[in-house]
Amino acid sequence: MNERENIFGRIREALRVQAPVPGAHPAGKGGAKVHTVSEAEAAKHIHEWLPPVGETFEQHAELFRANALDLRAEFHLLDDVREMEDHLRGLAASEGWKKVATHAGELTDRVCAALGLPWMTTDGEYDVRELESCDAGISQCEALIAQTGSVLVSSRSSGGRALSVLPPHHVVLARRDQLLPDLPTAFALLQSKYQSDFPSLISFITGPSRTGDIERILVLGAHGPRKLTILCV
Amino acid sequence: MCYPRVGISIVQILERLGHEIDYPEELACCGQPAFNSGYWKETRPIAERVLKRLQDAAAVVIASGSCGAMLKKFYPELFANTAHARAAHELAAKCYEFSDFLVTKLGVTDLDAYFPHRVTFHDGCHGLRELGNKKQPRELLAKVRGLDLIEMSEAETCCGFGGTFSAKFPMISTAMGEVKCTSALETGAEYIVSNDASCNMHIQGLADRQRLSLRTIHLAEVLNSR
Amino acid sequence: MSAASQQFEHDAERLTHDLRHRSLIQTALKKYEVARDSKKSRYQDWQSARQTAAEIKWDAVNHLNTYLEEFASKLEARGAHVHWASTSEQARQIILGIVREKNARSIIKSKVMTGEEIHLNEALEKAGLTVVESDFGEYIVQLRHEAPYHFVFPAMHLVRGEISKLFEEKLGSKPTNDPEELMMIARGILRNKYITADVGITGANFAIAETGMISITENEGNARLTCALPKVHIALMGIEKVLPKLQDLALFMPMLATAGAGQVLTGYNSLYAGPRQPGESDGPDEFHLVLLDNKRTHLLADAEQRDALHCIRCGACLNVCPIYRNVGGHTYGTTYQGPIGSVITPHLRGLQEWKHLSYASSLCGACTEACPVKIDLHHHLLQGRRNAMARYPVWWERLAFKVFGLVVNHSLLVGLASSLARVAQRLHPLIKGTRLDPARPWTRSRELPQVAKQTFKEFWRSRKR
Repeated sequence: MNERENIFGRIREALRVQAPVPGAHPAGKGGAKVHTVSEAEAAKHIHEWLPPVGETFEQHAELFRANALDLRAEFHLLDDVREMEDHLRGLAASEGWKKVATHAGELTDRVCAALGLPWMTTDGEYDVRELESCDAGISQCEALIAQTGSVLVSSRSSGGRALSVLPPHHVVLARRDQLLPDLPTAFALLQSKYQSDFPSLISFITGPSRTGDIERILVLGAHGPRKLTILCV
Repeated sequence: MCYPRVGISIVQILERLGHEIDYPEELACCGQPAFNSGYWKETRPIAERVLKRLQDAAAVVIASGSCGAMLKKFYPELFANTAHARAAHELAAKCYEFSDFLVTKLGVTDLDAYFPHRVTFHDGCHGLRELGNKKQPRELLAKVRGLDLIEMSEAETCCGFGGTFSAKFPMISTAMGEVKCTSALETGAEYIVSNDASCNMHIQGLADRQRLSLRTIHLAEVLNSR
Repeated sequence: MSAASQQFEHDAERLTHDLRHRSLIQTALKKYEVARDSKKSRYQDWQSARQTAAEIKWDAVNHLNTYLEEFASKLEARGAHVHWASTSEQARQIILGIVREKNARSIIKSKVMTGEEIHLNEALEKAGLTVVESDFGEYIVQLRHEAPYHFVFPAMHLVRGEISKLFEEKLGSKPTNDPEELMMIARGILRNKYITADVGITGANFAIAETGMISITENEGNARLTCALPKVHIALMGIEKVLPKLQDLALFMPMLATAGAGQVLTGYNSLYAGPRQPGESDGPDEFHLVLLDNKRTHLLADAEQRDALHCIRCGACLNVCPIYRNVGGHTYGTTYQGPIGSVITPHLRGLQEWKHLSYASSLCGACTEACPVKIDLHHHLLQGRRNAMARYPVWWERLAFKVFGLVVNHSLLVGLASSLARVAQRLHPLIKGTRLDPARPWTRSRELPQVAKQTFKEFWRSRKR
């Protein structure tokens, strides 16, 4: 308690003198101009300054695809859930999956049942070592974000904190109506959906795990998944 | 003192354009060395004499980006909240680095110059970042007949002079100069053109010591070549 | 000359002669520049984005008490413990206290620059705990017992051969030249550490007042795992990191990625709102946030340089700094290197000892140009010099400038300088390059200019006649 008061005391004392706003004239020419950006103003402008995203679903999907390609993530826009099941079976076969991890959900329930492999869920208490031994983690998501090629997950929508990051292949099952244009829209969605009762983890996943720590050479699968596959229906 | 051709070129160019030049010969220093070293109090007497002597000038044309920045950007800061604040602002408003004077103030880019050489341009940091004069030198060089301008990859990178920095940290200063020289050599240019003689002094000093085939030349000298 | 200043000069001297090192850093940073420019060019208006980011940070820092209060109370409402540390020592004690209370033995860490700042690892290891760095670059420098070279790219100074040798020595692995194989070696070892660690320690890039969350930016996923598996999560964060609104991240996340690493977004940008919540199946049972002052309020009180607290630790200023590119990160001898480090270190660690950092710059301004939040970095270095000389003037320097100030710009002395220079020029070859040469800092590596046969002043006077 003491230190908290000390720190706040020092802050208040320090802030008695106002600092010039960036881009304003330097102090000495009549003092700093007080300028605050209203929230609505800021949000509107952020849309205008970030990379453009287009208007239509097709444009958003195209942008997402292009970003995913850059990121070495796999993105497939499919016609129906049957195609999703087929695609997943194909992956399982080509990669030799023995066991997968998932969580309860409209898409995951159906698709994992059709997979025909042993599976575990992370909805209740689970064994981390068992999760670690799975070949793939299959989850749903909060949203897909076209502007950045990101998958937005949370501990509430995507099976907890570890499912989307521990197994070496993360597969995301998404619906078309989850494709959002940009980051401002994504944050707005989170706020309207959860109000103030937020999940304890929210994460923007942008491509498979990576590092450039060795001579700036890109290597995938540093700690998190080496592969990220996004199936959208 | 060491590069009179720079001043002579400026005078000749401006007189050809019909202007009357006054040269305040007693003004030798804008005070930047003292200022950059952190001795602002000791800088003020030096700068005050500059303010006084130039107060009646219609325009002040400065041959270097660094002195230009000192008068235009830093004098107002140096004299903030003092009796000379207003004079400093007034002087700043009528100061121009040479290329900026020609292009922005006079609206002139073609000086009927002839310089049949391959050159590359070095952007002195003060001229580039304090004064924002990226385009002006290039617009002028574009009109010089016979001149072939190739941009170097490190055009905007500091050459390493930095005033007293070159003496306080000579090894870093030299390393930075080497990066500049290497980049210039890669373009195949015969000359490095710049609008700051102090940058040229440093780059040339290094090139001469290392026997590199690079010659530095001031923008004004190129524009005065016929 | 302070000890730190001497060490800086000594290391700078050595490294500027190390051509291999210079070439390595220049190459790495050129790659970064290409990537950065390509991502920057996608923005519809990067300069306006910078201005808005700067304004948001101005609002955040200049109303710090309000936003910190809001942030802490919202986070606490979700069951997190918020601790306040005025000094490094207090922060270390708080963290040690938590760790001891939990009878923890092993700790996994993701990259925490404030942890470096307070020398946290040493304190934990002294107390008998094993601390493992999970960030690949940090893991490498930890094995080498070295400080991070760059606060975003800690192992930038090493090539694969060196890393392979290191792993052979310390981990008993087979030699390899393949970056992927090298990474797999580390991944294999670290995987188990996540699962068995008792405590995970992270930093935070941002804190959101509106929603009571911290935000962590990373590429590898090691912070995600550090916050998912251990039962206790401790986050250490400087008090200046608070942002007002959740929406602010829509700007800061991409700008941090673009300016810092030339990416659209980094691999994982994660928000943590507290410990595991009811209904959640995993995550830490306890979440402790330690807020660190450590002289940040001292910098806050300097209204002229306060915007240095806006820093989002992207490292862009380091990447463009020609000094950094030629001397590298270790030369600075500080937690935070490059231009931002040179601005804040005198405030955080003392002006007298660290003022030389303001002078180790040509004031070129590339840093200010690169900064995504428009911190006036190179002008702060100039102000730092002024502040330093006001408190700790160098008597002979000040005298020399005083005398110079008395004589210069007077009509009586026109022509005297060139006369003296001509005489000196005659005599100089006798002592050039030797210890007696007053121009030795210059002449050791450069030729001096010659006084012209006719100086400009002489030309002007001859015209008047």
